[in-house]
Amino acid sequence: MSRVEARAVRKAYGAVKALDGVSLTFEDGSFSALLGPSGSGKTTLLRAFAGFVTLDSGTIAIDGKLVNDVPPHRRDLGMVFQNYALFPHMTVAENIAFGLSVRGAARAAIAERVEAMLRLVRLEGFGARKPRQLSGGQQQRVALARALVTRPRVLLLDEPLGALDRRLRQEMQIELKQIQREVGITAIFVTHDQEEALTLADRVAVINEGRLVQVGMPGEVYERPATRFVAGFLGDANLFEGRVAGGRVAVGGGAIATEDALPTEGAPAILAVRPEKVVLAADAAGLDADLVNRLEGRIVQAVYAGSAITYIVEAGDRRLIVFEQNRAAAPLGPDTAVIAAFAPRHAVLVQP
Amino acid sequence: MALPAYATPLERKWHVAFRVLCVLVFIFLVIPVLIVIPLSFNSEAFFTFPMPGVSLRWYDEFFGSERWMDAIKNSATIAISVTFLATSLGTLAALGLSRAGFPGRAAVMSILIAPIIVPVVISALGMYFFYNTLGLISTVPGIILAHTALATPFVVITVTATLTGFDHSLTRAASGLGARPLTVFFRVILPLILPGVISGALFAFITSWDELIVVLFIASPETRTLPRQMFSGIRDQISPTITAAATILILLSIMLLTTVELLRRRSEKLRGIRP
Repeated sequence: MSRVEARAVRKAYGAVKALDGVSLTFEDGSFSALLGPSGSGKTTLLRAFAGFVTLDSGTIAIDGKLVNDVPPHRRDLGMVFQNYALFPHMTVAENIAFGLSVRGAARAAIAERVEAMLRLVRLEGFGARKPRQLSGGQQQRVALARALVTRPRVLLLDEPLGALDRRLRQEMQIELKQIQREVGITAIFVTHDQEEALTLADRVAVINEGRLVQVGMPGEVYERPATRFVAGFLGDANLFEGRVAGGRVAVGGGAIATEDALPTEGAPAILAVRPEKVVLAADAAGLDADLVNRLEGRIVQAVYAGSAITYIVEAGDRRLIVFEQNRAAAPLGPDTAVIAAFAPRHAVLVQP
Repeated sequence: MALPAYATPLERKWHVAFRVLCVLVFIFLVIPVLIVIPLSFNSEAFFTFPMPGVSLRWYDEFFGSERWMDAIKNSATIAISVTFLATSLGTLAALGLSRAGFPGRAAVMSILIAPIIVPVVISALGMYFFYNTLGLISTVPGIILAHTALATPFVVITVTATLTGFDHSLTRAASGLGARPLTVFFRVILPLILPGVISGALFAFITSWDELIVVLFIASPETRTLPRQMFSGIRDQISPTITAAATILILLSIMLLTTVELLRRRSEKLRGIRP
């Protein structure tokens, strides 16, 4: 259980800046996600915590102690790799015992602790098997047990669920969160999957091009994206680009009202609106009064996905994405004339 | 590899011809080695068939001769030392070269491999002058060092081959779990690359065991190795003892290869690789 701190961390590979001045703190016992597209530097940051990457500048501290010059084997961290990196020549029990046996723990103590870990990850009776005899989900759990057995200060996970299929992934997400709470360890995981980040983490740090773009609770980051990138990377967003005019943002074909503080008159501004915040109606009569932003258009495409329907609406020269729950008797067909409406509080000012 | 039902007559004929050809090539490769074995039981000092009678006199001579026994002892001492040295050095070199971002990897690799590309006579000549200035000429350590230089490339090649596709996250996982670099090597890396190391060691042993040219240049006249003894055995007095020696060496090689292959299979099983 520990606090991890990165200060102005920089790392370049040739001309590519993998980390370009990232400062970030992970509180004791928190479960945080480093979210970003591939090549954003998120994995480099995780590896820097583990000690596998030598920084060009900046500091990393664990529990207030600088660890820049501490080699990986003395950092006392647990790490789970994307491909699990289980030792193929050892049994499951030997894999889990590895961290303890290299520390010279007593045989009996090791056996007892390995048993406890197998129970924690619900793999009792699998100790004598070789990793390749296990399914992906089971290997994942062995990797987790191996990382936790030494009671590390911090648990680092590199795309921990990346190699699992969707179903198993959802199961493991719940399990992972449960185990993290049970053990009470500070955990940091890297992912490019926004849904995984939102579901698992209690704090999400969005990274792009080696820079920290936004940090916050999942709800915050999703509802109030700070930049255009975050709005587009975490879920879908309808973007309205225009200029400030009379307390609104003038865009082609009208002005959008927002509750956010706008820059000075005439300055460029971008508003982002989540697709599920947009309501479709046949005429203005059926709309709530607070949905003051209204755009007339017609449906171009309706994508049926079971519980929800995605509509592509053409309004003037712009296209909107709208998510609706599948509650209507019949989904709206293409070419239906609609009014797309949303409330000012759902139009979020984002930085370019 | 049965023929499919739709094979044309020409394909059927080729199918048979191909098999015959394979057998002929096989015979061509093995005959020179096997021909020696019956000759070693010849009762007379001729290298011709048919043999007038059968006896074990050449074996008797081989085991009774101090020269031959000395040669075996020398060769074994040298080859075992070379195996140990070359395997250690070659494995370390391969490990280092497999690191990401090793500067000048191609250049270093070609220098390490050079001894098996340069004709041995040239290497031997160079070693002769070089070792002369170092005072290593006519010494057993000199031969060991020279053979190590010749044998190490084989270890580098076999271990490098095993290391391609080696999952380096295993190394990171081990050190992340608190293992010191040396522990990581002995408990994670070595068990996994053992098949390559064993093959390399075998090559190293064989390289030294039947090396003649360097020995002719560097060794003192008293230091007789097995190849040297055989060579002079043919050149000076054509004695069929050499056929007995050859037979024993062939058997030894077969035993060695079998042992190594069994060891390799066992370790592959250990490292959890699917057959």
